[in-house]
Amino acid sequence: MKRLRVWTLRLAGMFSKGERDTELADEIDSHLQMHIDDNLRAGMTLEQARRDAMLKLGGVELTKQAYREGNTIPFLENLLQDFSFAIRQMRKNLGFTCTAILTLALGMSASVAIFAFVDATLIKPLPYQNPSRLVGVFESISMFPHSNLSYLDYLDWKERNQVFSSLDVYQHTGFKLSTPDGAQPARGSRVSDGFFRTLGVSPLLGRDFYSGEDLLAAPRTVILSYAAWQTRYGGKEDVLGQTVNLDGNPNTIIGVLPKEFHFVPAEPAEFWTALHASGGCDLRRSCHNLYGVARLKDGLSVPTALAEMTSIAQQLEVLYPDSNRGQGAAVIPLSEVIVGDIRPILLVLLSGAGLLLLIASVNVSSLLLVRSESRKREIAVRSALGASRARLVLQFVTEGLVLVMAGTVLGVVSAYWAMQLLTRLIPTDMIARMPFIQGLGLSIRVIAFACVISLLAAALFSITPTLRLSLSPSLEGLAEGSRGSAGMMWRRLGSKLVVLELATAMVLLVGAGLLGKSLYLLLNVEIGFQPDHLALLEAGAPQSRYGKDEQAIALASQIVSRIASLPGVKAVAISASGQLPVGSNGNTTWFRVLGRPWHGEHNEVPERQVSSGYFTTLGAKLLSGRYFNDAEDSSKPRVAIINQELARQYFPNEDPLGQQLSYLSDPPVPMEIIGIVDDIKEGPLDTPTPPVLYVPFNQSTDTYFGVVVRTSQAERSLLATLTATIRQIDHDIVTVGGVTMNDRINDSAYLHRSSAWLVGGFAVLAFLLGVVGLYGVVAYSVSRRTREIGVRMALGAQRSSVYKLILKEAGWLTALGIILGLVFSVAAATLMRGLLFGVSSWDVQTLLVVAVVLSVSALLASFIPARRAASVNPVDALRSE
Amino acid sequence: MADKADVWQGTLALMVLKTIETMGPLHGYGIARRIEQTSGGLLSLNYGTIYPALLKLEQEGSISSEWGLSENNRKAKFYRLTRSGRRQLKQEERHWEQTTAILARFLSPTEDHA
Repeated sequence: MKRLRVWTLRLAGMFSKGERDTELADEIDSHLQMHIDDNLRAGMTLEQARRDAMLKLGGVELTKQAYREGNTIPFLENLLQDFSFAIRQMRKNLGFTCTAILTLALGMSASVAIFAFVDATLIKPLPYQNPSRLVGVFESISMFPHSNLSYLDYLDWKERNQVFSSLDVYQHTGFKLSTPDGAQPARGSRVSDGFFRTLGVSPLLGRDFYSGEDLLAAPRTVILSYAAWQTRYGGKEDVLGQTVNLDGNPNTIIGVLPKEFHFVPAEPAEFWTALHASGGCDLRRSCHNLYGVARLKDGLSVPTALAEMTSIAQQLEVLYPDSNRGQGAAVIPLSEVIVGDIRPILLVLLSGAGLLLLIASVNVSSLLLVRSESRKREIAVRSALGASRARLVLQFVTEGLVLVMAGTVLGVVSAYWAMQLLTRLIPTDMIARMPFIQGLGLSIRVIAFACVISLLAAALFSITPTLRLSLSPSLEGLAEGSRGSAGMMWRRLGSKLVVLELATAMVLLVGAGLLGKSLYLLLNVEIGFQPDHLALLEAGAPQSRYGKDEQAIALASQIVSRIASLPGVKAVAISASGQLPVGSNGNTTWFRVLGRPWHGEHNEVPERQVSSGYFTTLGAKLLSGRYFNDAEDSSKPRVAIINQELARQYFPNEDPLGQQLSYLSDPPVPMEIIGIVDDIKEGPLDTPTPPVLYVPFNQSTDTYFGVVVRTSQAERSLLATLTATIRQIDHDIVTVGGVTMNDRINDSAYLHRSSAWLVGGFAVLAFLLGVVGLYGVVAYSVSRRTREIGVRMALGAQRSSVYKLILKEAGWLTALGIILGLVFSVAAATLMRGLLFGVSSWDVQTLLVVAVVLSVSALLASFIPARRAASVNPVDALRSE
Repeated sequence: MADKADVWQGTLALMVLKTIETMGPLHGYGIARRIEQTSGGLLSLNYGTIYPALLKLEQEGSISSEWGLSENNRKAKFYRLTRSGRRQLKQEERHWEQTTAILARFLSPTEDHA
């Protein structure tokens, strides 16, 4: 208690030092006066009296010093002095200071911003109870290792397994929400009754689903997301019990989810309804539309669960060979389901930012090294005047701290801006599927991260000049013009640093080059149609009015003809289920080739039900045969068009035209192959096009359409008109996702694009820092060697040999940096090969280009100082000290 | 001149407190003078050392200070005991008496070791 009081007073004493000093001076003054008075009274002369008083006091200054040390904290006081000295030094050297702080801030802000994303995505625990015990449960087939479950399989899996304390399912879907202005699209999810209990989430308001509430017999109920509650119902509590009409069914609102709840695989979702398995797909074991999420029983691991589920899947294969043949199981941690895709990209970005930070720090420390070299004399003088080593080291540490503090503050502030900027660059669709990004910001972990790297940087920056201090005897510094071993020592350490910088820059450049090339190849991958001037839209019509074949066909032809009559429209086509090119390879079917032996195997391929104009609208290439025509409906024999890949895989040595295919129905219904079309990229850009089966929309109808429109004008301007045109037909048709084909392609490459651009940005900065670093090293070395060069030239050296002298040094450093960089690059590229598309991690072209660019810029950077060296006037150089 | 003892570590504070207790509020010079007198001239005291000691006691809250006028009408800073200072003095006195008593036993010959 008393201690605390003393230290507080001392601390306060540091700030009121002036006041205390005068007060003490007054007190001593009065002390002396009284003493002199007494002495005079005792009969001394004034001179004697004064002398005696002073003597007894024991020295005025000594007393004051002792008093001051008691009044303040000497260590802190020194530190404060060092700080103000450091700041004065830095002010005097503004160029150095700004360069160092900005460089550091640059590295800091890149790392901190990227780390914030890593934190929000990979580190922050998922908003569920004990999230590490949650797993994603899938069926597994060779084409899709993580594919959907069918409802009936789910029921069997749930009943038979002993490894999950609970297993539930969800299906991300779109609803037609009835409003007074007609139907509106709304995103939502159908979930089984225990879904939220499995996650360990309870509603903010109202109740969770009762067990059994997902059965068909139960009344329909819905739970709102927090966002839907706020935007659609104004956050009012009386929302419970209200009815909302989804897809024509009235649902009672029973609850509202907490604000922080999100479930990425089913996002965005406003309405969470209980499953109510019904209709064609839910009750068919071969129709897969659900994903599973389960909680592992205590003590059980993922592999154990996988083994159990696999054996259950095998039992079902035996029981239901028609539907379950080849249907395995997959169990992976839920975090893998949620962030599995972005984890590698974020890690690459974090490494990139880390490397940039490394270069920046190395750059700053070599600056510090140069400066400590030029302050050799100051140090020598200070130590000659009695400064202890510790005191000198403390001075460097303080200067390092000041630099790092300024850099950190600037870096963290700009990191905050960078985060905002980066978030704004993510397409809105993408953001909706990344709810965890919403928590992005300067969280405690991010601040801690910033602190840790600034501590490391501070350590580095105080060690570097200290190293220099310990390596050179300080006496030498006093000698006029001495530059023996210390200069050599700087060249040794400083040049190593530049090799490190160049190698790091090389790694980043190669990484960026590979990612950039991947992006280019991805965007230029053969898609089999002409993407320009295509507008896309999805439209869903109510089942009740358009569910029958002839109704759907009539609606489809009405949509096509209305849009076709719009000005500028050249062609229109329709595809069922909203399946449009550059989407997913989903919506698959099983087929067999008639007239060949068949043993129940499942040949699974994506199937597209398309209108007659689909291929011409897209601008696809017909290889042989013909396209569908409008007259081909269910009254006519069934027909099919296959893509080239299907022809290649299933008809390697024969002509597919005229062959008969069938779905796995009993008895088989033959459909004749009437055309072969060049491969259209129906699925994602980065996966090879699988075999695809096309059938006429009129023979296989649906009430959810994908609409493709080719126009002669700017396709973007058409999007609003398209929506309006379709809504004019019927207000209860909802439209979703109007987009141009080019945007769809670009957005689908978003992850590749963002990683290429970000790593590219880091690489450019690293490149600049590296080259500037090399320039600094060479320029400094030239300035140290001016006299040597003068002597050489006075002794007859040619300018060319001076060039050679300097460029040789630079050349060595560059070559070393590039060779080292080459090795690291290939290693780094191998680590991130999962993100590459179409290029190997050993891409000679990229490596070569980067090596050439780097060496040319390095030579240029060292040419400038070399020129200066060669133009030295020997007389001036010799006289220069 | 007889040998003079230096002030032992840590005893100055006790002397200062005791002096103020006996004399009432007093300035630094007076305290130093008084300590020297009380020691019967056996203690060599640099008057200057009194000030850091006073500062420390004041920081610890044992004494408080105030500017006033000396008997000769000089401006001087007077120190007085606070309540906690009084308590501290009592404690240290006791402690010191004990210490000296123990040491005395060691140093003076005793009869009762059998």
